[in-house]
Amino acid sequence: MAKPYYDASDLRKFGKITEWSEELGNKFFDYYGKVFEEGALTAREKSLIALAVAHTEQCPYCIDAYTKDGLERGITKEQMMEAIHVGAAIKSGATLVHGVQMMNKVNKLEM
Amino acid sequence: MATKSLLARNNDLANTARQMEILSSGIFADGELPTFANKLKETHLFPLQPKKLEILQINLGYMCNQVCAHCHVDAGPDRKEIMTLETMQQCLEVIKNTGAHTLDLTGGAPEMNPNFKEFVEAAAKAGIKDFIVRSNLTIIRANKKYYELPKFFKKHNIHVVSSMPHWTRGKTDKQRGDGVFDKSIKALQMLNEVGYGREGSDLKLDLVYNPSGAFLPGDQMALENDFKKALKTDFNIDFHNLFAITNLPISRFLDYLIASENYEDYMFSLVDAYNPTAVANVMCTNTISVSWDGYLYDCDFNQMLNLKVASKVQHIGDYNEALLQDRNIIINQHCYGCTAGAGSSCQGVVA
Repeated sequence: MAKPYYDASDLRKFGKITEWSEELGNKFFDYYGKVFEEGALTAREKSLIALAVAHTEQCPYCIDAYTKDGLERGITKEQMMEAIHVGAAIKSGATLVHGVQMMNKVNKLEM
Repeated sequence: MATKSLLARNNDLANTARQMEILSSGIFADGELPTFANKLKETHLFPLQPKKLEILQINLGYMCNQVCAHCHVDAGPDRKEIMTLETMQQCLEVIKNTGAHTLDLTGGAPEMNPNFKEFVEAAAKAGIKDFIVRSNLTIIRANKKYYELPKFFKKHNIHVVSSMPHWTRGKTDKQRGDGVFDKSIKALQMLNEVGYGREGSDLKLDLVYNPSGAFLPGDQMALENDFKKALKTDFNIDFHNLFAITNLPISRFLDYLIASENYEDYMFSLVDAYNPTAVANVMCTNTISVSWDGYLYDCDFNQMLNLKVASKVQHIGDYNEALLQDRNIIINQHCYGCTAGAGSSCQGVVA
């Protein structure tokens, strides 16, 4: 039977990365935890940013995690979809803004 | 969504023994997750025992005008279990002598018990000062005979605790049924009109939030702020506090978890979020739950699993508080629902 590269239940094992490199792993999780605490941004705003980035990074674990996190915070599906559009807009914008480079090159090369 | 109880649908899970079997097998039998008893032992909290009795929670019957998708009571219009006058009389005898200060009335829709008002009046005469009625709100709009409920609640200074899963219509109706949101809003406005929920008012109106799906409740305070802002802006509704309650994996919610293939993930979430601090204040340590037919349970959830108290005294007719307080609380894997994160009880978070 073909085994997929991604397994949804692997997300639960994320914490185990500390087993093979304890100090770095713990430092990462401390940092991670701190980042998502209420700060100048609300935890809710951070959750939506994470959801958008999860999509642009195309990380299935992160998408699962921050969709659930959003639901727990009472974030509506309309708000989640809008957040993803922000990510998508930046992604497509990042592609299209390179069009200027293409135009510059064309203008330079063409007589 | 379903309009009948599991019982009326002859669903396998209407059988409490079947529910217990599910909660004890699979991931808990093969050791992938620790049983609740083992988790308590690990954290030196076993056995769980009652502290001072504060709340008598009486279930006046399983009949309800709603059929909510997550209901742990499996309540609905087709449920005929209703507390009789005779059992009410036995409860009143206990109320006269109990050390508990609060009478917490639940159901089903407790207001649908034909003797609901008489019972409240008799309990008030028997000396109860703190009343809680767990109202689904829509009952106030269900029939003309219930329109006067807000005034009745006010007359006895009843603390009204109402279910409201979300501040948007879509999420509310999906969990509780079509039209529930609009009726709930109208009912809240009626409660506000007689003085409930206003800032500084002694007429306490609290809302209960529980997640509409296979996820845990977020931060209670943050949710309360969101609810307050939205209900005030959209409908000029005021309320006092929001209680965030975790759905326990029993009855209709268990049925949903299994049917949607969320059961294992949900149990992992609950166990991961186990918080020993919450254990100290779980509601079974200060509450006795009485069923419609007078039997005694550690909590409303154990009542729905037919797990009677581990005591010689098992019925309100034989009530003996001292004897009853000297018992171990019956636990099983569903208890993880009350100890996850900030904990969960009929009064919201506990840690």
